[in-house]
Amino acid sequence: MRTNDVMLQTATKVVTFIILMFAVHIFFAGHYTPGGGFVGGLLTTSAIVLLMLSFDIATVKKILPINYVTMTAIGLLLALATAAGAIVFDVPFFTHAFGYFDLPLFGKTSLHSAMLFDAGVYLVVVGVTMTIIQTIGEDE
Amino acid sequence: MSNLLLFPIIIPLFFAAILMMFPKNIKLQRLLAVVGAGAALLSALVLLAKVNTDGVQAVTLGSWPAPFGISMVSDPLSALLVVTASLLVLFVIFYSIPTIGVKREQSFYYPSVLFLMVGVNGAFTTGDIFNLFVFVEVLLMASYTLIVHGGEKPQLRESIKYLLVNIISSSLFVAAVAFLYSVTGTLNMADLAVKIPQIEETGILTVIAVMFLVVFGFKAAIFPLYFWLPGSYYAPPIPILALFGALLTKVGVYAIMRTYTLFFTMNVGFTHELLGIIAILTIFAGCVGALAYFDVKKIIIYNIIIAVGVILFGVAQLNQPGIDGSIMYLIHDMLIKAALFFLIGIVAVLFGTTDLRKMGGLIKTYPALGWVYLLTAFGLAGIPPLSGFPGKLLIIQGGFEGPQFWGSIVILATSLIVLLSSVRIFIYAFWGKPVETVPLKKSTFNQMFIPTVILVAMTVVYGVGAELFMPLISGAGEVLLNPSIYIDAVLKE
Repeated sequence: MRTNDVMLQTATKVVTFIILMFAVHIFFAGHYTPGGGFVGGLLTTSAIVLLMLSFDIATVKKILPINYVTMTAIGLLLALATAAGAIVFDVPFFTHAFGYFDLPLFGKTSLHSAMLFDAGVYLVVVGVTMTIIQTIGEDE
Repeated sequence: MSNLLLFPIIIPLFFAAILMMFPKNIKLQRLLAVVGAGAALLSALVLLAKVNTDGVQAVTLGSWPAPFGISMVSDPLSALLVVTASLLVLFVIFYSIPTIGVKREQSFYYPSVLFLMVGVNGAFTTGDIFNLFVFVEVLLMASYTLIVHGGEKPQLRESIKYLLVNIISSSLFVAAVAFLYSVTGTLNMADLAVKIPQIEETGILTVIAVMFLVVFGFKAAIFPLYFWLPGSYYAPPIPILALFGALLTKVGVYAIMRTYTLFFTMNVGFTHELLGIIAILTIFAGCVGALAYFDVKKIIIYNIIIAVGVILFGVAQLNQPGIDGSIMYLIHDMLIKAALFFLIGIVAVLFGTTDLRKMGGLIKTYPALGWVYLLTAFGLAGIPPLSGFPGKLLIIQGGFEGPQFWGSIVILATSLIVLLSSVRIFIYAFWGKPVETVPLKKSTFNQMFIPTVILVAMTVVYGVGAELFMPLISGAGEVLLNPSIYIDAVLKE
């Protein structure tokens, strides 16, 4: 049976981008305020899941041809490499570096090595949740 | 400060992440799994040498000061266990290559094993009780994957039980940690060891200590919390069973050992006597199971439970021979259980069944296998000079020096039952009328048999050369008996 989901599909096309932008916002907000890689990752996943609900898994796979298991592995490596960077500088594992830099366009910006770790967390969260959802969703 | 002690945790994590990227390339999977486990073992050996010469190593993550950041501590006990665990993972990978099957190898088998290694090594190394919970979850997560890996019907059935038991014990773990924090205001083990003696109300701490005993008891399979173990361990294939049998329960045993020597020592008269009694009951329960079954896997699985009881009885004595003995016996047991599972794995493959009554006469076709098995069985029972003997001797001596001398008598008597249960396999499978065996390629047999023989040879060296290892063992025991060494290493960097 074909359901009439024109409204859902049209709304999704707009809402997905809003959610994705909000995910990016939350990810960077994690710098000093609540937020970060974990929530950002979950929000991103929710955007993709919304796409899957309103279209179908095959279409979403065509739009985003990503192997989520590989994505998880890359995230793990990124997080591990950031934490292990401390070993190179001979300070305890997980020690992070930070400072203020004058960047063009942004002006005075605070940069933090923990953000790279958070990016790893983001990739792992998206990768793992999407793998779970795809595995359950395809198994019909 | 030394990051060295983190290498046995980071290296397998790194290799596991890399292996996740190409699950179908079996050759590369095997190669990198061996390289990863080998590199971890190498770093663990370097770490052990460093701990042996420079004393307890500690690092607090993220450069935070000690009681506030998460401390990782490597004392001789944890370094010894990390070396043993890494060694066993390497051997299990060798043994897996011919036995586990291409299907499983293609679906993230090796990454799961390496993730399990991350959890086990982390749990042995951490100096923070909440971080211990985290690493236990890491290893449980990997073990969930492994127990259901392949998706056979009994595996699916048993994995539900295994999941339920572990989720319940994990939530109890968090609750116990929360209680401990509300009473002491710290979760750093060294800091706990400083704060707990200052608290006068020992009643509430005794309750918390018993709660932790329940939590770790679920993992270590003590009486009466072992009920999930025989069924769950029976389901997965032999290499996974060897990995679980050799490593997983030992994490629980290690956690009891650590907490009951480092800081839960405020009411020894109650907690340690309870531990001693439970240990003896665990031995009894294991003996009943080991004699009751005609299934080779079940017999060895129940022997895991017996060994847990023996080790914890040594810990409960809280005197030098008892602690030294339990450390010695713990390492012996990890090695010998893996070797035994490898051997019965070969026997089960040869007969195509695990039922003893359908076996017989293997000594005529595979004499080497028979004699190696007999040697291992004697080692398990602790016949001198094999590896079970020195540890058990010290534990029994510890029992006689303490108030629970009756426990030592029980351990002596049950050693005969252990011997009987393991020799029974020898009698049924190797003696008697030859039963037709499944044809097995010579090269496959050798691939399974060679790592097994090397492992058995190691246990023999460990037993015969016990005197060589004794300085290491008593060094580990000394740190357990004098918490101040541990505390100083963590808090005074």
